[in-house]
Amino acid sequence: MTVIDQTSTEFDDADRVGLDHRLAQLEAHAIFVIREVAAECERPVLLFSGGKDSVVMLHLAKKAFEPGVIPFPVMHVDTGHNFPEVIEFRDRLVEQMGVRLVVASVQDAIDEGRVADPGPTGSRNRLQTQPLLYEVGRNKFDAAFGGARRDEDKARAKERILSFRDLFGQWDPKNQRPELWRLYNPRVRAGEHLRAFPISDWTELDIWRYIAVNDIELPQMYYAHQREVVERDGMLLATSEVTPALPGETPFVETVRYRTVGDMTCTGAVRSDAATPLEVLTEIEQSRITERGATRADDKFSEAAMEDRKREGYF
Amino acid sequence: MELLRFATAGSVDDGKSTLIGRLLHDTKALFDDVIDAVAATTARRGGEGLDLALVTDGLRAEREQGITIDVAYRYFSTPLRSFVIADTPGHVQYTRNMVTGASTSDVAVILVDARHGLREQSLRHAALSALLGIQHLVLAVNKMDLVDWSEARFTEIRDEFAALAERLDVPVVTAIPLCALDGGNVVDPSPHTPWYDGPCLLEHLETLPLPRYDEGALRLPVQLVIKPAVGSGAGVTAERRWYAGSLAAGIPQVGQEIVVLPSGTHSRIAAVEGNAPAVRVQLEHELDVSRGDVIADAHDAPHAVPQILARVAWMADKPLRAGSHVLLKHGTRTVKAVATQLHDRLDVATLDTHTGVDELGLNEIGTVTFITSLPLPIDAYATNRTMGSFIVIDEVTNGTVGAGMVAEPVGAPA
Repeated sequence: MTVIDQTSTEFDDADRVGLDHRLAQLEAHAIFVIREVAAECERPVLLFSGGKDSVVMLHLAKKAFEPGVIPFPVMHVDTGHNFPEVIEFRDRLVEQMGVRLVVASVQDAIDEGRVADPGPTGSRNRLQTQPLLYEVGRNKFDAAFGGARRDEDKARAKERILSFRDLFGQWDPKNQRPELWRLYNPRVRAGEHLRAFPISDWTELDIWRYIAVNDIELPQMYYAHQREVVERDGMLLATSEVTPALPGETPFVETVRYRTVGDMTCTGAVRSDAATPLEVLTEIEQSRITERGATRADDKFSEAAMEDRKREGYF
Repeated sequence: MELLRFATAGSVDDGKSTLIGRLLHDTKALFDDVIDAVAATTARRGGEGLDLALVTDGLRAEREQGITIDVAYRYFSTPLRSFVIADTPGHVQYTRNMVTGASTSDVAVILVDARHGLREQSLRHAALSALLGIQHLVLAVNKMDLVDWSEARFTEIRDEFAALAERLDVPVVTAIPLCALDGGNVVDPSPHTPWYDGPCLLEHLETLPLPRYDEGALRLPVQLVIKPAVGSGAGVTAERRWYAGSLAAGIPQVGQEIVVLPSGTHSRIAAVEGNAPAVRVQLEHELDVSRGDVIADAHDAPHAVPQILARVAWMADKPLRAGSHVLLKHGTRTVKAVATQLHDRLDVATLDTHTGVDELGLNEIGTVTFITSLPLPIDAYATNRTMGSFIVIDEVTNGTVGAGMVAEPVGAPA
């Protein structure tokens, strides 16, 4: 067992890859939440996109149940517009961890007429809510773990660790359960469910420090690589079948990396030479733009974009 | 790096939003896109520059209705320490919000407007912080510029607050004269207070001692029993079961004598793994241990009692009455319980207690006796925040309707 010394001081290059007081507390709290929900809920599921936050979540789940196995499946809400390397990474990690994968498919939802088809190049980001709730209902999941963090958006700053969702999957910010001490109340009635956010108090830097400390593998696109992109609305978008260059745009090859991994149509890259977790840490420490501000077109529509999506049942 | 959690209490009128915005801004916790958005909103509302109060501007649902919804959490760090702010709104639902925010905080920063001094609300915030066991209060005397940075005015407020803190039994109180609007004494010293030789707010938060929760005798509420995934066949012996949980006190040592509560069976720690406080242990004997049990130091164990006397903060519209059937969640165990007696109600504005109470309504605090369906191993809240706290759950709605702090264990020896 490791007892973390509370008296440890600021992190410099040498010990920022150590589990200090802050990171140890954040890890212990996340593991506590994961264990509580797994113990009290009948059918939990872990939302897993292959992005860094959900990869960290999966590693925390593994630690929570060691030396046993993770007692719940993972679910990917698949827009059908994924980066292929992320899907490859997802399948490999899921097999390595020995967990079952449930795919909530936006394409199936379109084919079955559950949502309207936005066209071949339209954003499918908002369409994720329906398949998510559809699979939650079909699998009778009563708790869904998510890797959302409160530092990402002001709608998330007010979210509980356990966020209650009604029969329609909706979040009611005015009617949240008070959360006292570490005494979580995961009780729901049939048809209702919870979203559990064990890494609520982590920041983007914490995620990267944790990845560095634990040597956690991520999809390679989180690190600097060469990619053909176009510049659109101040963001670098990878060119692909679903994101072709528009008239007037000239594709060019750039050394980039991704700070977030989402739907190809709305996730932008940033120019970067950071090739390792430590280099990424240094880059983020110097960065002056939030990760969602830098790379997510879906949050740029309005000041309340995230709030609106959350109320409908989004992550 | 160390992590300090603090709650802020006060109303918009006291400049709380501006103070939090100032802390985030001056510690460079705000990214450029956030600052741009704040500048744009400031301009749209007819202002100039950066209205720092807008940094913590809430949800559209709040702006539309002109209310502040519940506790918001903010993050910033300095080279010395990192911080989580539980920002609790002052007006609506103040008890519920303050109790929630304070329950996970090490320190409470209470804001007052220097022009108005302590108000009924400040008294409530201090009383609730004390009730939740916060050992360290900071009184941020804001808007000092509007009283011409008067030392006399500051001293008057500081002394009044010190007297209040003494009544509340809060051991450490610090008052700081500041101005969130110009930033004086928030992150950087103000040129207007040559008479003040104490720390700025940030420096104070960076250096005050962190409370330690790992001291004291071992308390491990069991969250899960983990059966290792081992193979079968010749030569393979099933490994012992692991009991996983988060330490509420103490550090388990291999060979240490323990008692499992409420059953009272004894054993010794055989193995410990994990990063404290999230650990798992094995015991020397195969005992019947399940989720909800507490593994405790055999020589300093809590009493497992079927009756609890506690201070309760009530958070639901439907009041608590003698005879009410509820669920209590304590540690990792949820039990059925009946409120058998309501002893008194605390008036947080005057700090008086009133006896002869029929019910406890929304945002009221009182002393209650509960009888539980299983004995719970409890410590007094003053001794251990985890082992001395519980939540009250409504059996019908599943809502969290109350917060309980054990006054003292009643009855039986261990």
